[in-house]
Amino acid sequence: MTHATLPDTHADRGGRRGWWRRNQIAVSPWLFLAPGVLFFALYVIFPIFQSFNVSLYRWDGLGEPTFIGMENYDELRYDPAFYTSLRNNVIWLLLYLLAIPGGLFIALFLNQTVTGIRLYKSLFFFPFVISQVVVGLVFTWFYDPTFGLLNTMLAWVGLGPINVLGDPTYVTYGIIAAGLWPQTAYCMILYLTGLNAVNPEQIEAGRLDGARGWRMLWYIVLPQLKPATFIAFVVTIIGALRSFDLISIMTNGGPFGESRVLSFYMFEVALSEYGFRMGYGAAIAVVLFLIMLCFIAYFLWSMYREEKAR
Amino acid sequence: MVSKLKASVAALALSATAALAASHSEPLSGDLVIFSDMSNPAPRAVMEGMVERFGEMHPDLNIELTVIDREAYKTQIRNFLSANPPDVANWYAANRMKPYVDAGLFMDISDMWEGQIGEELASTKGAMTLDGKQWGVPYTYYQWGVYYRKDLYDQYGLEEPQDWETFKSNCQTLLDNDIKCFTIGTKFLWTAAGWFDYLNMRTNGYDFHAALTGGEIAWTDDRVKQTFANWRELIDMGAYIDNHTAYSWQEALPFMLNGEAAAYLMGNFAVAPMREGGLTDDQLDFYQFPAINPDVELAEDAPTDTFHIPAGAQNVGAAKAFLEFVVSADNQTLINNGENLGQLPVNSNSSVDADKFLEQGFEMLSSNSPGGVAQFFDRDAPAEMAKVAMEGFQEFMVRPDNIDRILERLERARQRIY
Repeated sequence: MTHATLPDTHADRGGRRGWWRRNQIAVSPWLFLAPGVLFFALYVIFPIFQSFNVSLYRWDGLGEPTFIGMENYDELRYDPAFYTSLRNNVIWLLLYLLAIPGGLFIALFLNQTVTGIRLYKSLFFFPFVISQVVVGLVFTWFYDPTFGLLNTMLAWVGLGPINVLGDPTYVTYGIIAAGLWPQTAYCMILYLTGLNAVNPEQIEAGRLDGARGWRMLWYIVLPQLKPATFIAFVVTIIGALRSFDLISIMTNGGPFGESRVLSFYMFEVALSEYGFRMGYGAAIAVVLFLIMLCFIAYFLWSMYREEKAR
Repeated sequence: MVSKLKASVAALALSATAALAASHSEPLSGDLVIFSDMSNPAPRAVMEGMVERFGEMHPDLNIELTVIDREAYKTQIRNFLSANPPDVANWYAANRMKPYVDAGLFMDISDMWEGQIGEELASTKGAMTLDGKQWGVPYTYYQWGVYYRKDLYDQYGLEEPQDWETFKSNCQTLLDNDIKCFTIGTKFLWTAAGWFDYLNMRTNGYDFHAALTGGEIAWTDDRVKQTFANWRELIDMGAYIDNHTAYSWQEALPFMLNGEAAAYLMGNFAVAPMREGGLTDDQLDFYQFPAINPDVELAEDAPTDTFHIPAGAQNVGAAKAFLEFVVSADNQTLINNGENLGQLPVNSNSSVDADKFLEQGFEMLSSNSPGGVAQFFDRDAPAEMAKVAMEGFQEFMVRPDNIDRILERLERARQRIY
């Protein structure tokens, strides 16, 4: 540490300056962090506690809030719409992970040198660039039970029309399929950059030892892609949990609320045209936060472990 | 030079007010801030036209009009009423006003309703009244009813039904000819509420319907079940187009335009897109929803759109003058004619435009709706109840077997909300 090696002659100069000299190294990182910490605390940490607080009240956002204790949570327990949303959230989490292997295989496929490969790569990346709202609209038309492309194609092979977005059985899967399209592209780009960093010597060595095909992929390539996989996992989980725009655009939560997820239900209860139950919305938000907290804790823990191993 | 200019401005102001024979004599000045949800092309032009004409009457008044997207307005109004209130704001009648009235965000303008205005607007006074006071003024309303393809009805020898049996037998004839009786798009739920309103008002009457939306009657009541039983007859016949959950009301229009469905239970605003879609007035006609239970009087849905003065308004004098201007007989006649809103004027001294649908609607509402006039399900019932109930209606239309579970859910919601 620098301040330990300072000559003694400086130590008895003016107190304030001396303190700064002595503590500069220790203090400056905190000074640089201060704006970030301050705003993070104000706009992220504080609202979290605020939602906890609001969830204990009955409040329409206009009048005086009334304290009702745990009543909102009690109501959640008997609310079928809440369980539907929770179930859909789980389906989203599980199926959205398909974007990771999907992205990996497209990346492996595109990781070759052919004329115009850059063009193909950007075409594959395209769905991630366009807005989720546009993706939602495109898929809504695609699924249209009367005029949509999907049902036109099904008719060619003699299958009856499926009302994907109007049928409670298919609706969530239909929306997830729409969401996977851009998400796969995102994972693909992560893997493509990861593949650039794969060590050719290890590939060579593996090849000498007779590894090829799946064994090569599993034992040589994938371990080197671990950082990319981790990031892909993180963004996909977060993407699944904040799936909101697609649902809002494609079904508005319907039919009869069967495609809602927690974030959408929270919005509907608290902020939509027929909503304005701030307390109940906050209670849903708290549940969603607790679910997210599990993942966030896991991510932080694995990052911490990695830092330590270095 | 200066005095000349002043004089001419004063003369101009005088002549403008005199020429238009305005009901208020003192000149208005300052700023008048208006927030409006009339964002669709025709209503927007109407709103801008009204501001322009009112501005000509009061040249010293600086009018700032902000038009906000109609859907976005529904959520934004909460913010601006409390944080940044304009002098005049659009909204809807009946229970839809309640949250803002209860929170003290709308100004009590009962004084305006005393005297001439109150007489001229008597038909909607009830819809503007909460807690015995009036909280705004109406500017337009429109009828609901069955819009049908007259050419298809003629082709199969069908008449406008007067009773439930004919209503159903007409439908059966159409179905036998591979035509759906009704098109509907329930993606945004409220269209199903239109059907519930009519079926319930025809089965149990207006007073029962008002009590139900007012939370005084259990959803598990046998009379409510009878309404759903009537509805189910239509559903089991296959009267509605398939896959209606996937469509908005506009997306359901092509079925009617293509002749795949013969009728649409809708508000009068559906006429314009149907005409644009190529239906002539010979092909398109209107009838009142027929009686089901002959013992109850006919009642109609006629949603009313309104203007209000927020409690935090700065320029109350100008705001009231604007409201008076909006509801005046001449302005009502003008803004509701076929070239503008194409709806019904609220002022009893206004005249209805020579339009087949407006005339029929006016006739129906003024002389053939003895039971009363409802606003619409999502304006009569509190917003929260409306949401839960309309979801239930949609589910019922797809899975009528779930009716008991749906009604129990609605009943639980009723007990919590009211």
